[in-house]
Amino acid sequence: MAAVKTLSIDGKFINARGDQTILEAAREAGISIPTLCYLEGVSAVGACRLCLVELVEQGRLVPACTTNVFEEMKVQTDTERLRNYRRTILELVFAERNHVCSVCVANGNCELQALAVRVGMDHVRFEYLAPNLPVDISHKRFGIDHNRCILCTRCVRVCDEVEGAHTWDVAYRGTHARVITDMQQPWGASSTCTSCGKCLQACPTGAIFAQGSTVSEMERNRSMLTFLITAREKKQWNV
Amino acid sequence: MERLRLATLWLDGCSGCHMSFLDLDEFLIDLVGRFDVVYSPLVDVKEIPEGIDVALVEGAVGTDEDRHRLRQIRARSRVLIAFGDCAVTGNVTAMRNPLGGANVVLGRSYLENGHAEARIPSRPGILPVLLDKVVPIHALVPVDIFVPGCPPPAPRIREVLERLSAGEEVRLTGPAIRFG
Repeated sequence: MAAVKTLSIDGKFINARGDQTILEAAREAGISIPTLCYLEGVSAVGACRLCLVELVEQGRLVPACTTNVFEEMKVQTDTERLRNYRRTILELVFAERNHVCSVCVANGNCELQALAVRVGMDHVRFEYLAPNLPVDISHKRFGIDHNRCILCTRCVRVCDEVEGAHTWDVAYRGTHARVITDMQQPWGASSTCTSCGKCLQACPTGAIFAQGSTVSEMERNRSMLTFLITAREKKQWNV
Repeated sequence: MERLRLATLWLDGCSGCHMSFLDLDEFLIDLVGRFDVVYSPLVDVKEIPEGIDVALVEGAVGTDEDRHRLRQIRARSRVLIAFGDCAVTGNVTAMRNPLGGANVVLGRSYLENGHAEARIPSRPGILPVLLDKVVPIHALVPVDIFVPGCPPPAPRIREVLERLSAGEEVRLTGPAIRFG
């Protein structure tokens, strides 16, 4: 067991284990830090930068999901500077692909849409790139709409770390980056996909969807992932 | 109490936002006491008048005509409101952008799906010309208030109009700014 550290988050003194991240310590203390690529139970990658917090004495910004606590750490999670960055990050995400909430399967059940509300994004100040992206519905039960993908890589991590299949990965770079199945084969032709649906439960937007769902119908069941991960970690299944 | 001069403009949108405006139901009767509707698809006025206090603009900018009317209403209005997701984000109207410019979509609609003598309609000065890229209204003119929603629910419209008629500054936050 790692030694207990004392730190302050938003002026509130809390105790946390040395192997805990700022995000975990904050959540235990009831302080909510916005996240998007973070998914409980799989490794954190700090990709989306929404959980950036300020280390007051160092004057630095660090992702709360991948930074461990240390003794006498002073953290601010909701400053003017952070609010400005968070809104800007989301505006860039919205501008990069075609997130048309009104006709999206995830409308009303979307983490991206909800975060935009949370950070006060009432419009996007950047020019929309409007890329022409494909939708792959070759899989018999699921589909992937690249227009809605934000490259959080939750699907990649849950498929690799929980299912152990590693069907998903990321190809290309920059604005050309895209999640792929196998060696960029159609999802339906994948020989590694077990059709378990964990990626479907992990996806924060309308990118991965169950076929047959129309506007606003795509609801996720994240508790399925939490159940599997907890059962495994606590060795609740004895074979 | 002096009534505020209200205008509503319908650019490239489905008119759903105007339908939602009509969903104000009995508040429309209150509204008449506080606002004078000086220009709207709902009233018979052809030209955008001067001296508008509040303008609700539905729809994205997809044609040269949209662009002209948007600039005109901006110049003649004190408070300009982006009214609904098409005005705020481009929304469904902007879904043609990934396909390419105006000729691509006109060709698909009128030539590929048309009969043997099909051609792309063109009446300069009468028929608005499609722009290559559909843009939200704030890409062209300053916007004072953003009211997202597809369509914005009537209570959201009512809140904005009531606060404006009470002389308040309005900036929506929380669930009232949810897209979709």
